[in-house]
Amino acid sequence: MNAKIELKVSAIKDGTVIDHIPAKDLFKVVAILGLDHIDNAITIGNNLESAKLGKKAIIKISDKFFETEEINKIALVAPEAKLNIIRDYQVVEKKVVETPKEMVIGIAKCMNPKCITNNDKVTTKFTVLHEEELALKCVYCEKITDHDHMVIL
Amino acid sequence: MKNKSLVSIQDYSKEEILRILDLAAEFEKNPHQRLLEGYVIASLFFEPSTRTRLSFESAVNRLGGRIIGFSEAGTSSVSKGESLKDTILTVANYSDLIVMRHPIEGSARYASEVSPVPIVNAGDGANQHPTQTLLDLYSIKSTQGKLEDLNIFLVGDLKYGRTVHSLMMAMTHFNPVFHFVAPEELKMPVEYKSYLDNLGIQYYEHTDFTDYIDNADIVYMTRVQRERFSDPMEYEKVKNVYILKNEMLKNTRENMRVLHPLPRVNEISEDVDNNPKAYYFTQALNGVYTRMAIITSILGIK
Ligand SMILES: [Zn+2]
Repeated sequence: MNAKIELKVSAIKDGTVIDHIPAKDLFKVVAILGLDHIDNAITIGNNLESAKLGKKAIIKISDKFFETEEINKIALVAPEAKLNIIRDYQVVEKKVVETPKEMVIGIAKCMNPKCITNNDKVTTKFTVLHEEELALKCVYCEKITDHDHMVIL
Repeated sequence: MKNKSLVSIQDYSKEEILRILDLAAEFEKNPHQRLLEGYVIASLFFEPSTRTRLSFESAVNRLGGRIIGFSEAGTSSVSKGESLKDTILTVANYSDLIVMRHPIEGSARYASEVSPVPIVNAGDGANQHPTQTLLDLYSIKSTQGKLEDLNIFLVGDLKYGRTVHSLMMAMTHFNPVFHFVAPEELKMPVEYKSYLDNLGIQYYEHTDFTDYIDNADIVYMTRVQRERFSDPMEYEKVKNVYILKNEMLKNTRENMRVLHPLPRVNEISEDVDNNPKAYYFTQALNGVYTRMAIITSILGIK
């Protein structure tokens, strides 16, 4: 019943619903997708119960459809996220985010202050390590930036 | 290996490492070969390191090559704010290979991406110093006659010491047993230990430094620096614990050798210097042969 009520309150006509975002990473996802800089109507729910994530967040954006590369950027912080593409109140497509397989280029910041990418005009570049949580290994300074220290550019 | 930059010891496979060590042995037997006649090697030291620079320059000079470059950033266009990329692209016009040392971590990898000529990393901050690792391996092989199945003791600062990390990683090719001797604050980081766990390589950790070394083949000493300690009291407690004294070598194996990347402060007593098991000064000489091997190999001459 609850689910139905929630849907009613915040249903969107056309746009994208991003579900299964870890609650603590909601604002990172907002920043990565640039949602703080657009004029579209946005509904955000946070700290919702989730069997899988503990607390989760959900974002509904009216009249916005993302390119695949754009959406895959959020895999760094919300690898479990699921997208529903809505047209005329109906889910017309479901998408999952995909973790970049090889290199992550120009998305995240290296956490090592002595790294060349933090001292010169050098685009960041990481290989992806799949440990308990996703982590990034800097191609330049070889230091690992873990999930908790990930800052998205 | 021809034209391939050497930025990190992990750029070289086991076979490539062994090839460099074999070449170094050839140069030790016959150091007077004019193989670099007509070549120009750039030596860019964005921070001073006299020891490393002289070793490279000696290697190039003995092989008849010419050297251009600078020994500290203050005397170069870098001090006028030139970017690393611009410096590298400019110098690449004038040279066949660039040796660089830079205080910023990852600078050598970046240079290797933008440079049309190969880069040899002579140290990028706390990150990598692969020619030191290769000369350490050469020293181990020369003194032990092999690299396989050795008991390697790493002593001192195992947390921040890049030389011990790189040496440890490179030695994993050769089925070693490691002993890590370090104060609590400077222990071998977990990421390296789990790397060893994954490879099934044995290691033991000690906080005291006593007669454990009796079964060592190699004792690799490093500096324990005051500035590494958040609590000065901790430094005071341990500063005299990780010092190798001559009497400690009494019951050690005949083949055992003491290595140190130099410069030392007080971690090896001077009374060790005359012991035939002290190898650190010869180790430094091995750096010249190893760097000859690295440069000629990358230039495709050897
Ligand atoms: Zn980095």
